Amino acid sequence: MTVLTIDVLAGGLSPERDVSLRSGRRVVEALRDRGLTARERDVDANTVAAWRADAPDCVVPLLHGAAGEDGAVREILECMGIPYVGSSAAACRLAFDKPIAKTLAAAAGIATPACVAIPQSTFRELGARDVLASVEGSLGLPLMVKPTRGGSALGVSRVEHAVDLPSALVEAFGYADVVMLEECRSGTEVAVCVIERTGIAEALPIIEIVPPGPVYDYDARYVAGSTEFHVPARLDSSVLALLSDAALRVHRTLGLRDLSRSDWIVDGSGQPWFLEVNVAPGMTETSLFPQAIQHAGTSVGAVIANLVLHRIAQDRPA
Amino acid sequence: MSSTRLDPWLASYAERTHGLNASAIRALFAVASRPEVVSLAGGMPYVQALDLDAFGHTVQRLITERGSVALQYGSGQGDVTLREQILSVTGLVGVHCHPDDIVVTTGSQMALDLVARIFCDPGDVVLVEAPSYVGALGVFRSYQAQVQHVGMDEEGLQPEALREAIAGLSRQGRRAKLLYTIPSFHNPAGVTQGAARRAEILSIAHDAGILVVEDDPYGLLGFEGEPPQAMRAQDADGVVYLGSFSKTIASGLRVGWAIAPHAIRERLVLAAESAVLCPSNLAQMAVSEYLATQPWMEQIKAFREVYRERRDALLESLQALMPASTTWTIPAGGFYSWLTLPEGLDSAAMLPRAISAMVAYVPGTGFYADGQGTSNLRLSYCYPDPDRIREGVRRLATVVEAELELAETFGTSRSSDHGPRAVTPGPDLR
Repeated sequence: MTVLTIDVLAGGLSPERDVSLRSGRRVVEALRDRGLTARERDVDANTVAAWRADAPDCVVPLLHGAAGEDGAVREILECMGIPYVGSSAAACRLAFDKPIAKTLAAAAGIATPACVAIPQSTFRELGARDVLASVEGSLGLPLMVKPTRGGSALGVSRVEHAVDLPSALVEAFGYADVVMLEECRSGTEVAVCVIERTGIAEALPIIEIVPPGPVYDYDARYVAGSTEFHVPARLDSSVLALLSDAALRVHRTLGLRDLSRSDWIVDGSGQPWFLEVNVAPGMTETSLFPQAIQHAGTSVGAVIANLVLHRIAQDRPA
Repeated sequence: MSSTRLDPWLASYAERTHGLNASAIRALFAVASRPEVVSLAGGMPYVQALDLDAFGHTVQRLITERGSVALQYGSGQGDVTLREQILSVTGLVGVHCHPDDIVVTTGSQMALDLVARIFCDPGDVVLVEAPSYVGALGVFRSYQAQVQHVGMDEEGLQPEALREAIAGLSRQGRRAKLLYTIPSFHNPAGVTQGAARRAEILSIAHDAGILVVEDDPYGLLGFEGEPPQAMRAQDADGVVYLGSFSKTIASGLRVGWAIAPHAIRERLVLAAESAVLCPSNLAQMAVSEYLATQPWMEQIKAFREVYRERRDALLESLQALMPASTTWTIPAGGFYSWLTLPEGLDSAAMLPRAISAMVAYVPGTGFYADGQGTSNLRLSYCYPDPDRIREGVRRLATVVEAELELAETFGTSRSSDHGPRAVTPGPDLR
């Protein structure tokens, strides 16, 4: 019997390196528990040469942030003909950019808070004060300020007062060249994970997130005990069904594959608002995806192993 | 329906752990460990400068000849031979005492923890420099002490600021129990107290009944002249002196010590036994063997030359490349320079941009217990070689320029000073 070798990509140079390494270690252990030969592999100047010398049967990309989620590494895998779990490079390019993903979702009839995406150069050329005044006039306050690319809520702020917008923008520009100012919708924060088993997408039990502060920020995400989770979310069953359907539509609309996690706000009227989608969701001890998998009655190892075997069967060159 | 906080023991944790968190800043340092990044962040000694072959033979001989002792439990106060040898090290900074006055610890960090353990009740005031060593702040926080910062200038802790802090506490009917200070080659400020200032600080502390905790890990790593004489050399009764082999031999050995007045020393030994039973016998005997058989004074001189060359590379690069209105301290020893950004820039907000540019530093806020330090950052020159330091400063200068542009765009910079900068950048530590 051939022993399959799986490379779990984790680490990289993004600000989410630490989270990615934790996700990677967890998935490697889960795959080994299922009898697969899983190797944890950081991404560096030796990676491609190593693959040329010893190509794995499949790669599980768990790099968070740019290069991991913008599709770049997946492009290389496609060039090398190495099967990998997760969405294609082309789909990642669209999904990783929050305003683009929101635009595509809106075009498919999915409600998403209004936003503008503005590069630093535009603020400089047109004058930040005037630009911000026009944005505030259009979207009102409070506003969410987010880097357009990146995860773990790094650089994300909720701004109540106009006077705080400049410092929030300076912080967000630390993580990306383009920043999104987004209408702030209040309500229940939820995450919907989607997995494909034998190619058929299904939404997992919906997780309600109750962070300790106004933003589900880095500490709230990665310090066990700081955030409260309810599974399924404490919402009407009709709203839960609506959310599951909407998450599947986002998954399909953006051309995603194998697994995704979308983040939503459900307002007081029960209307879900799409915020963003993740193509390499976190797999740490406090991450949402493993919680959803567990509540679906399965395990991270079973799900990822299933995806690996499916990908190898589908994509491995004959 | 299931509800969880993913930690079933949440209600059981001690109150003193409540401030511990993950922090995005800490996460960014995971990237700093990659070889592509020039890390001016960590204070890692350049242990490669040691004669590792000789050290290896020393340890091998130790195990072969005295392994049954080295691998056994030892004394809670520490190996007596090593304590005698420590006297020849502390003698270089003017500290002369009896071996029984010494408690060997697992790094001087443990000595500091033991001092806090035997002195600090929740709410007790500890005076520290502004800024102060991040590891000390963590220790005092873990014992729920109230840390109060005292201003510094180019010669370290300011006596007048110390008097004011003590008077302010007195007006509230309170007093500080400890004054924690790093008089030589300060971490992070890079400055050094002169002899007269040390005497003045000791006098103020003595009059106020405050025990001085003198942390001296860098005292032998001065670049000019003789090592500064320790405060403990002037006052045997009012000072607990903390020393370490981490910077003069190797940090991985985790061997440090405390020298304390006898009553305090007794309590330190009891506290040490309660914490770890005894420090590692193997590590202590390795240090002892090294001191007995290797040219350790020559090695310290070699370390000084390594660090002096790196300090020079840092300062020359900063002078050549940093934007106007950036200032920094000029260390005469140790590992660090403390940099002050142009007004309005925030070193923590700038860190992700720096990491993207492949250079890392420690934001200044980490060295304060009260949120100060936003415009400061600590640069360590101890680990990267001079060429990497120059490259790191080049990257950092680019990042600061970009941050200035960002701050000007958004009006968060209150300074538009792009004129010629001061020829001799001075510290701005208050």
